[in-house]
Amino acid sequence: MFAFLVRRLLQSIVVMLVVGLVAFSLFNFVGDPIHNMVGQEATTEQREELREQLGLNDPFPLQFARFVANAAQGEFGISYRMARPVDVVIAERLPATLELAFVSAFFALFLGVSAGVYAALNRYGWTSRLVMTISLIGVSLPTFLIGILLIWIFAVQLQWLPSFGRGDVVQVGAWRTGFLTESGLRALILPAITLGLFQLTLIMRLVRAEMLEVLRTDYIKFARARGLSNRAINFGHALKNTLVPVITITGLQLGSIIAFAIITETVFQWPGVGLLFIIAIQFVDIPVMAAYLMLIALFFVVINLIVDLLYYAVDPRLRVEAGSARAH
Amino acid sequence: MSVPGRNSPTSVARHPAERAGRPPSALARLRDSDLWYSFTRSPITVISALIVLLFFLGALFAPWIAPYNPFDPASLNLMDGFTPPMGEAFSGNSYLLGTDDQGRDVLSAILYGARISLFVGFCAVLFAMVLGISLGLLAGYKGGWIDSLIMRIADVQLSFPAILVALLIFGVARATLPRSFQEDMVIYVLIVAIGLSDWVQYARTVRGTTMVEKNKEYVQAARVIGVHPMLIMLRHVLPNVMGPVLVIATIGLALAIIAEATLSFLGVGVPPTTPSLGTLIRIGNDYLFSGEWWITLFPGLALILLALSVNLLGDWLRDALNPKLR
Amino acid sequence: MSSAVKTPLLQVRNLRVEFPTRRGVLTAVDDLSFDIHEGEVLGVVGESGAGKSMTGTAVIGLLEPPGRIAGGEVLLRGRRIDNLPYEELRRIRGKEIGMIFQDPLTSLNPLYTVGRQLVETIRTHSDLSEGRAKARAVELLAEVGIPAPERRVNQYPHQFSGGMRQRVVIALALCANPRLVIADEPTTALDVSIQAQIISLLKRLCSEHGAAVMLITHDMGVIAETADRVAVMYAGRLAEIGPVKDVVKHARHPYTHGLMGSIPIVGQDLDRLTQIDGSMPRLSEIPPGCPFHPRCPRVFEPCDQERPDPIPVENSEVACWLYDDKRSGGGGHG
Repeated sequence: MFAFLVRRLLQSIVVMLVVGLVAFSLFNFVGDPIHNMVGQEATTEQREELREQLGLNDPFPLQFARFVANAAQGEFGISYRMARPVDVVIAERLPATLELAFVSAFFALFLGVSAGVYAALNRYGWTSRLVMTISLIGVSLPTFLIGILLIWIFAVQLQWLPSFGRGDVVQVGAWRTGFLTESGLRALILPAITLGLFQLTLIMRLVRAEMLEVLRTDYIKFARARGLSNRAINFGHALKNTLVPVITITGLQLGSIIAFAIITETVFQWPGVGLLFIIAIQFVDIPVMAAYLMLIALFFVVINLIVDLLYYAVDPRLRVEAGSARAH
Repeated sequence: MSVPGRNSPTSVARHPAERAGRPPSALARLRDSDLWYSFTRSPITVISALIVLLFFLGALFAPWIAPYNPFDPASLNLMDGFTPPMGEAFSGNSYLLGTDDQGRDVLSAILYGARISLFVGFCAVLFAMVLGISLGLLAGYKGGWIDSLIMRIADVQLSFPAILVALLIFGVARATLPRSFQEDMVIYVLIVAIGLSDWVQYARTVRGTTMVEKNKEYVQAARVIGVHPMLIMLRHVLPNVMGPVLVIATIGLALAIIAEATLSFLGVGVPPTTPSLGTLIRIGNDYLFSGEWWITLFPGLALILLALSVNLLGDWLRDALNPKLR
Repeated sequence: MSSAVKTPLLQVRNLRVEFPTRRGVLTAVDDLSFDIHEGEVLGVVGESGAGKSMTGTAVIGLLEPPGRIAGGEVLLRGRRIDNLPYEELRRIRGKEIGMIFQDPLTSLNPLYTVGRQLVETIRTHSDLSEGRAKARAVELLAEVGIPAPERRVNQYPHQFSGGMRQRVVIALALCANPRLVIADEPTTALDVSIQAQIISLLKRLCSEHGAAVMLITHDMGVIAETADRVAVMYAGRLAEIGPVKDVVKHARHPYTHGLMGSIPIVGQDLDRLTQIDGSMPRLSEIPPGCPFHPRCPRVFEPCDQERPDPIPVENSEVACWLYDDKRSGGGGHG
């Protein structure tokens, strides 16, 4: 257990370092950081001085080490566009993205697993065929179009729900939440569906496929031969075995929700980090791009670790008990 | 395109002519193949194929069949702007799907837009395919640290959504390329960005097959007689992975079309001067609230129809060829 | 024929199992009839694809769709069970008819302890409390010869070796005291050294519990040692059925004859070892008439024209025209 965790942690650190290298390269090789900071008027001497001061003349490994050390403290410099520290800007906008991602993930996971199980158990029924066909449309629908269609129907035509922004927010400590006001919750509905729909269809199709696979296995056949009830077989045996492979892929999918939020946030003008990133790309705001990249990598790594732990909790085959010897 | 039926691993059909000792013609073999059988048995697939074909022809012959040329400023009549579908325009021209803010015919814009979307999609898939197959062959054949390096990069890249990777590459290109260059280059930057974000699946599939094939005797034999083994591998691995690669490429085409539209919608793709479907949707999105829904919804529907049809074709291909895909 | 006063435990009458495929309907089992009596061990032999396993799964009602019973009847103690509603048939499974599958490695759910799987099955078919069921599970494990059952009951399948897992599977199949156990190639996936142990365990336990066994295998040696009677299947049809001594020593059907000739028997001349030319036809290409006729060394006129029905010969039944006096002119007996 301990060795397993340590190995996973080491792998995570390697991933973070690789992504850090990409982010660092962005800083150093894309455009001229000095040019970006001081503008046209600065003299060559001033530039050289700043270069020395920022340590840009130091050897590459030293610069990278410094970058990593700073990044570990959340230090990514000053945004070129907004002239404010990147970590402050991101911290302001992160709650919006996290709340959106959390609600979508829950929505996608809950409905996705239920619909997937239903479609697998009733594979020859017409409702499950219908659900599968609709899900294929869901996979083919670009996220931004889903958003536009939802806005057109529910905001423009029916005028039930707001089409942009977060509604009223409440400051709770350092966290600005939209969960506590009615307009905040109403504003969350359309973006959350938009963001979650793709993951929902994906999870559903995955759960269905895995469950059908499990239902064909020998141990399910043997369970049937022992006369166990359908309930015990489907939900006791099949579902649990389905979840083992599903956990991994689903975990990764939910991790990418944060990144997919870029599109949803643009459509709904949702003031989160994704919208920040898009604007950063349009204005070539490198520090923000680099910081965002590292943030996504961090989410990915953390979710991966959680997935590993879950996996470990569900599947006894991974738990190698030191005490009991295997009898042969 | 070769006859797909030849590559079908599930093909067990024996043509009567074959039993009689005559080799059947390619057409007869196609008609008798499992692939053709499952194609004709699935009306949805046939309809999807027809829709995709229509889009191809429409995009290819857009200059000849589009009612108007949306890129010819001389033919634009600003007074015709915001004409609703089937509505009467100021100039007396009629527009089946209405016009946009500048009086451009939406139908014509869709035809020209699909041209760009399909072009970007195809080139991106081709780029990803060539890159993925080459890296997969290299990784599978060489093994060792080259293999580890390529597959690690693949793993890390897979953990980020393709759209983020494409956005990043696009951002880098924007920062490094001279500004004057960007307008002309943007389509190629898009192709590279989308292609680079989608090579991993090809590489994984090809690598797996390569690792199986490379230990077979004919490769050893080739080495003995001095033929470069990579050449032999190419000739023997490729036919083996044709099925899976075709499936990945078909689904990849749908993904690439969607990725292009998404990037253009996000404002980092094709510029409004030569709009793709995504750019059209972006332009129209501004007018959604003032009631001019047709400017964004028709290109949107066209995009959905195209992506869905290609996806359905890919789905059917996967089921029909049943390669071991995950 | 033996005196059939008592109703047999299981009666299979003209069973027909079909698989609709897009290239036409395949008949996996065709017009198959046999009985199994209380406490009896019936061996079912044949090459792979002969329809043995299909027969077993059809009896217990577990054919995978699109496979289906297309004709005939299955009767348990005289009561028809092949047309029962799902829920009623489910109550028969495990309780009246148990089944053991080929591969012990895949027959157990890897995510649950063997104890949980036993307790679940016991409690499905009885009113025992959780604690009593657990105690019964430990007893059963001891009964199938698993050492330290109190400890092993809380372990997961991956902590058992292949042979031990098959013992667990047997315990699971027997835990509700079924009257009939269908064992589908129960030792094929095991080490040769363990096969004999498992077979004798199965036979001993079933006779202790008074359960009849339908032992499906392609191993004539196992049949000869274990079975009371034996049914030989070929291409989905019954070739011959009879007491094991008769079938092994005096095989009547030319196919059985070939099958027996192909196993070396200690103490017999190796010159007698023969082989049957060709191979069993695929289900899609079963020839008309007797399915064996293209490979049969003693083929004559009616064989490629008409299908022979089982004909009683002494204690056996043989589906071969050689034993039809009218057809073979009485001179065909071997």
